[in-house]
Amino acid sequence: MTLNSADLAPESARAADTPTAAPAAPPAEQAPAIAVKATRLYKAFGRRSQEIVKKLQGGASRDELAHLGTAAVIDASFEVRRGEIFVVMGLSGSGKSTLIRMLNGLLEATSGSVSVGDTNITGIPAAQLREVRRQSVSMVFQHFALLPHRTVIDNVAYGLEIQGMPRAERLAKARTIIRLVGLDGWADKLPSELSGGMQQRVGLGRALAADTDVLLMDEAFSALDPLIRREMQEQLIELQAELGKTIIFITHDLNEAMFLGDRIAVMRDGRIVQIGTPEEILTDPANDYVAQFVQDVDRARVLTAGSVMEPVRSVVTETAGPRAALRTMRDLQTAAVFVLRRDRSFAGVVRDRDVLKQVKAGDTDMRAIIHEATAVSTDTALVDLVELAVESDLPIAVVDERQRLVGVIPRVTLLAALGNVSTNTGELPAMEPPATISMSIITETLRDTAPEGAQL
Amino acid sequence: MNDFRIPLGSWAKAFIDFITDTFGFFFDFVRAIFGGAFDIVDALLSSPPFWVIILVAAALALLIRGWKFAVGTVLGLIVIVGVNQWDNAMDTLALVLVASILAIIFSLPLGILAAKSTVASSIIRPVLDFMQTMPAFVYLIPALILFRVGVVPGIVATIIFAMAPGVRLTELGIRSVDREVVEAGEAFGASPWRILRQIQLPLAMPTIMAGINQVIMLSLSMVVIAGMVGAGGLGQQVVASLNRIDVSLGFEAGLSVVILAIFLDRLTAALGNGNTPIGRFQAARKQRAAVTDAASTGAEAAPEAAKQPGVLTPS
Repeated sequence: MTLNSADLAPESARAADTPTAAPAAPPAEQAPAIAVKATRLYKAFGRRSQEIVKKLQGGASRDELAHLGTAAVIDASFEVRRGEIFVVMGLSGSGKSTLIRMLNGLLEATSGSVSVGDTNITGIPAAQLREVRRQSVSMVFQHFALLPHRTVIDNVAYGLEIQGMPRAERLAKARTIIRLVGLDGWADKLPSELSGGMQQRVGLGRALAADTDVLLMDEAFSALDPLIRREMQEQLIELQAELGKTIIFITHDLNEAMFLGDRIAVMRDGRIVQIGTPEEILTDPANDYVAQFVQDVDRARVLTAGSVMEPVRSVVTETAGPRAALRTMRDLQTAAVFVLRRDRSFAGVVRDRDVLKQVKAGDTDMRAIIHEATAVSTDTALVDLVELAVESDLPIAVVDERQRLVGVIPRVTLLAALGNVSTNTGELPAMEPPATISMSIITETLRDTAPEGAQL
Repeated sequence: MNDFRIPLGSWAKAFIDFITDTFGFFFDFVRAIFGGAFDIVDALLSSPPFWVIILVAAALALLIRGWKFAVGTVLGLIVIVGVNQWDNAMDTLALVLVASILAIIFSLPLGILAAKSTVASSIIRPVLDFMQTMPAFVYLIPALILFRVGVVPGIVATIIFAMAPGVRLTELGIRSVDREVVEAGEAFGASPWRILRQIQLPLAMPTIMAGINQVIMLSLSMVVIAGMVGAGGLGQQVVASLNRIDVSLGFEAGLSVVILAIFLDRLTAALGNGNTPIGRFQAARKQRAAVTDAASTGAEAAPEAAKQPGVLTPS
């Protein structure tokens, strides 16, 4: 049942728990950076659809026009970059399924235009539109939509068959895909013999086999059990990293959107109310609706260290020596400071007692007393910080890809982020760990050991 | 009060007169075709000795439904021979086969059209209602005028009477194919014709076969009436027994109709649900072929895939 992507690529470029990581580098030189572009799309159902759109453009609301017909999508504009997972999220009836069907021309837009790659697909002849679907956009469906009278392998090869590939060739390719989606040994079964999760693997395999740049996924995992759904989500991210497809994913499940999406478009009543990264949507909702919607999201999995960290205050360089470290601790009333190397990379942490001892002894090489401290990267999810925060009383150090200390996350900040309360600690920054040695002792020590003319 | 009279009947008559005068050549042509088709089928069924036909029927029954049905078929047909209705039964069978094949040929495209187009559906539907509910005898009158006495008016009346369920169930079958599966075909760029052939028709087949079954049953019930216009066969025997109040002939001819009906119904019903001995045999053979195919191509494909780890990456 596992996905054997390891057969085909050494490893996933993107860890499953980092939803905001940069998408796999697209082959940008040879293709446009924008894979799908929607411009002012409208879709109205009913006999007077044109009239509805005119009135909407004139400022009428959707409810006012209910007697004329249904306005399913209103003024939707967005660009999907190559190689990104773009999630369209909304409750049922928000128009997201209508929207995705306009992207491959299954539904014709009442107004506005759609381009896939370089091709504007709005209003082109049916034969040309079919060619775009064969070569550029494939689709995965909510209820799998497999051909029940065909075997798994024939289903997977369906897109290739339509493309006109000879039978032997397409079956060979379908076999590779079947392995890729973890259905080895099921090739000659009928879809009805497979479980729901496996059927959707066939659906995914069919779309992957067609080898189009763009993959439309319409509530692709909504009909699956929660456990299977999670597994499929993780595998989708792996596959995406490996194959570099552009994926447009429709869902009503916010957690799924947050987990999968490089960017998310939130839809409500036919309109796109916000487009942004999961973190932007979570930390800066465009309106009350989005805010209310994201209330229940699993913040720990979406927010990353980089988005909640605070500026570093208690920090000294290795070369500044123990006296500087001690002074910093006294000024900030804390029991530990972070230490940086000459090249500003993160070295570790020193504790007040050790520093005090060293100062008293007149020793100036601080390297001897530096303790190792855990540092995390900026895109670590908060859920992975909780254990670290429990293990150590120190704030968690956050470093960038060159190991430079870019911020810290004290426990209180972590808690505030998880609980969605203001992280602004105001005038008094949270200082962790609190000083364990009284200020007067430190001042005295500094004075006693001070070389001639040194400032305190 | 008595002055009020809508001359619908006169209009219908005027219409038929007009058609007879204007399109007489066309009806002669149709008469020649239908009559010819009937003669060929009838010759096929009537010229061999009865036991050849019984054996063929039993073989069909065995292949399509199983040995019990084959035994039943043999017994039933022997009863028909025994009551001396064999020739009439073969005439009737020929009539039914020709009429229902023609009805199916007309009704399938109409059903597909109705499924594809809402406009066509809303036109075809009331016409079918009309055709199905109008008393069957009424068709015989214009059919007699247009095609003269013989089997052809019987065939024509039968076609009109029997094709309605063929159209309806074809439309229903195609319309009730899962919308998403059809969308999948569209989304991968299949042409409408290809979607019809590869997705809609195969998935609608059980319903369409139920329609075909109904067409055949209605045809059989109509041929008795067709006997009144000289179509011959068991229908003529029934009509004759009615005129003579001949209970024994009526029972024997009637029973023969029933036996034919059961045979045709069970045969086509089994075809409809697809679970036939021959179907199972084919499926098993396909499965074996697929397994050996998988073994051979799998062995070739595996090392190739191992050599090229990035087969799927767009280049």
